[in-house]
Amino acid sequence: MPIGHPRGPPYNEFMITELGHFCLILAFLTACFQAIVPLIGAHNRWQGWMMSAVPAATLQFLLTLTAFGALTVAFIGSDFSVRLVVLNSHSVKPMLYKITGVWGNHEGSMLLWVLIVTLFGGFVAWFGSALPDSLRARVLSVQGAIAVAFFAFILFSSNPFLRMAVPPFDGQDLNPLLQDPGLAFHPPFLYLGYVGLSMSYSFAVAALIEGRIDAAWGRWVRPYTLAAWIFLTIGIGLGSWWAYYELGWGGFWFWDPVENASFMPWLLATALLHSAIVVEKRESLKSWTILLAIIAFGFSMIGAFITRSGVITSVHAFAADPERGVFLLAILAFFMLAGLTLFAARAFEMQAKGVFGIVSRESVLVLNNVLLAVAAFVVFVGTIWPLVSELFFDRKLSVGAPFFNLAFTPFMVVLGLILPVGAIFPWKRARLQRSLRPLAPAFVLSVAVAVLIWAMQTERSALGPIGFFLGAWLVSGAVVDLMTRTGRGGGRLGRLRRLPRADWGKAVAHAGLGVTMAGVAGLLAWEAEDIRVAQVGERFEVAGYGLTLRSVREIEGPNYVAVQADVALDRAGVGFTVLQPEKRIYPVAGMPTTEAAIDNGFFRDVYVVIGDPQDDGGWVVRTYYKPFANWIWGGAILMALGGALSLSDRRYRVAAGAKKTQAKAVAAK
Amino acid sequence: MIRTLFKLLVVASVVTVMQFSPAAAVEPDEVLSDPVLEKRARSISEGLRCLVCRNESIDESNAPLARDLRILVRERLVEGDADDEVIEFVVARYGEYVLLKPNSGGSNLVLWLSGPAMLLIAGGVGLAFLRRRSRSVDASSQGLSADEQARLEEILKE
Repeated sequence: MPIGHPRGPPYNEFMITELGHFCLILAFLTACFQAIVPLIGAHNRWQGWMMSAVPAATLQFLLTLTAFGALTVAFIGSDFSVRLVVLNSHSVKPMLYKITGVWGNHEGSMLLWVLIVTLFGGFVAWFGSALPDSLRARVLSVQGAIAVAFFAFILFSSNPFLRMAVPPFDGQDLNPLLQDPGLAFHPPFLYLGYVGLSMSYSFAVAALIEGRIDAAWGRWVRPYTLAAWIFLTIGIGLGSWWAYYELGWGGFWFWDPVENASFMPWLLATALLHSAIVVEKRESLKSWTILLAIIAFGFSMIGAFITRSGVITSVHAFAADPERGVFLLAILAFFMLAGLTLFAARAFEMQAKGVFGIVSRESVLVLNNVLLAVAAFVVFVGTIWPLVSELFFDRKLSVGAPFFNLAFTPFMVVLGLILPVGAIFPWKRARLQRSLRPLAPAFVLSVAVAVLIWAMQTERSALGPIGFFLGAWLVSGAVVDLMTRTGRGGGRLGRLRRLPRADWGKAVAHAGLGVTMAGVAGLLAWEAEDIRVAQVGERFEVAGYGLTLRSVREIEGPNYVAVQADVALDRAGVGFTVLQPEKRIYPVAGMPTTEAAIDNGFFRDVYVVIGDPQDDGGWVVRTYYKPFANWIWGGAILMALGGALSLSDRRYRVAAGAKKTQAKAVAAK
Repeated sequence: MIRTLFKLLVVASVVTVMQFSPAAAVEPDEVLSDPVLEKRARSISEGLRCLVCRNESIDESNAPLARDLRILVRERLVEGDADDEVIEFVVARYGEYVLLKPNSGGSNLVLWLSGPAMLLIAGGVGLAFLRRRSRSVDASSQGLSADEQARLEEILKE
């Protein structure tokens, strides 16, 4: 047995990196196969060719997973012969951030993207046995084509496995702002959402090729759309939460192009989720749902394009590295043109079946789709307008938060107003008075809340009352929705418990939206701020809280040095906590970050930031009083939870297993 | 220099991270003693873009240029300018690029009107669709359609 074999530097890792590279190429070839063979098979009804999509999808996923694993190994072992590791890692970085560094950069994030593309394809291969064989083959084919495009993008323009000719001693570190748990898991969730919408696209295109779309299609596509929506919700929520506590002044949404890039797919996925219900339950809105599925994925890719090419930040950034941007734009153009052409050719064949009256749940869902789609359109125009204006009108201008707040918010207010009404209306035809009657107590309660708040607040701003009216209206509307489903008489609680999970999911998600709306409005309407130079030992008051700067000292972290302060918090002289805000400097990256200290509460956060020392020995201390801040993310969690409840509903699990029971029945005969 | 270089690198590499320099902006020495004037200064600052930053207002940015602009805004206010006059003064100096809420004149009409216009179009299409569907509900509400009849029979047979 060889003992003490010299563990020479990185020869083992050498092989692993090359293995990853090789697997990536093989996965690319498998995807090419998967994009073509099952499609031909489905056209000619060749069973073997169609079924080849299933092992191909599995193989493609395993190969991509190996490639991703190989890159992760390089990051964990700080293999500085790999260029990407040098650029984005450092040997003294904490292990968690070595791993998250894998996707904290362009090349690695694209590898994660394509890994998720193959993962979703795998789900259809593994759990899609209830789908007709031809539809499954076509869905996997389209998904394979998407994978081909992104594999090619990675291999030809963003290869993560490139080596350094001369490996340096150490890496250049990951952006310190990214070294944070909230942000570390923000990109994977967003990508799961973006890429989840590729499944909706694949289902839409496959249905167009198939020339058939019915209630069953609606039921198959909904779980994927719902999963994508849940991940987008969590991803956006994480990003917003991160911005809130990390950027040092408690902003939670900036209408930045990259934020909008994730918000537009979310809005469209929300619309798609609701229109797919109409397809599933009423066999109506079919062609619109197909169109929405195509466009929603288009916006996911626009999101990737915006973040990856940097085109919105500056036209010049795009010119500096045009290859990637043009490549992504070509992928986007190809899939949108292909999808929309197919749509134009086939959509008229989609005959709507369900008929319904003007006053019906269908109608409100149409209004929901109009509002969400137009809201997404407004965000889109605002996001690209600086670019359009500079290119075509030679006007260099900015479109920022004030524009979006004004142009976007009205849509959400109307959406919140109609939501409980639509949720409680019956399908097909509603009697206005009879359907609205159960909502009357909810409406009265919400108005009362709004009036109370109007009377209590010192400033005459409508923001708080409106936000809390919507919040109360949505939450109480969700309760009414659940209660009306349990019928009358005794045993209602038992029936409430036994309601389908989809009903619970719907109510929880809708209530979550209300909580978020109230949180946003409350925070913006009543936040307070204090900026001052405080001497050590000095006590001052902000929004009814007393703060004492007790001490300031220097501390040392694993890969940073920091100034840390002790700030004691009291309420009317009774101390209840000591906050420790920090100001860090990461020497490797040469970048300062502020670590705000937050006292979280159900009704308010107290947010303290320590700034620079002053000549007179004092320190700049910023204090923010943030009412209802946690409601914003609490609402997002409720929305995601509602989605998860709905996803776990029996009807989707039954649909997945339906074919097997059928097959058994046939065998029994 | 190194910091700018690093920032460029970050812009190119970061996934969906917004590029904000951390730490809030307004320093204690900038704050005006008159709280009403200070409040006006803050709300004006929120609408003016920091020219060297990415999508940040001068109120949020800690860049030196943003600080200069904040002080400029406060100087104008102390001299008795109205809010509009302060904004006009800054725009005259730095161009409309500084406005986070763009003017609605000229080509920007497209930006401001695109939302309402799209709402009208989408609302019109939606309404046309709804009316078509509901007309058929009137026609079919008299009795079962052939489809429904067939399905009913099928169900009854089982």
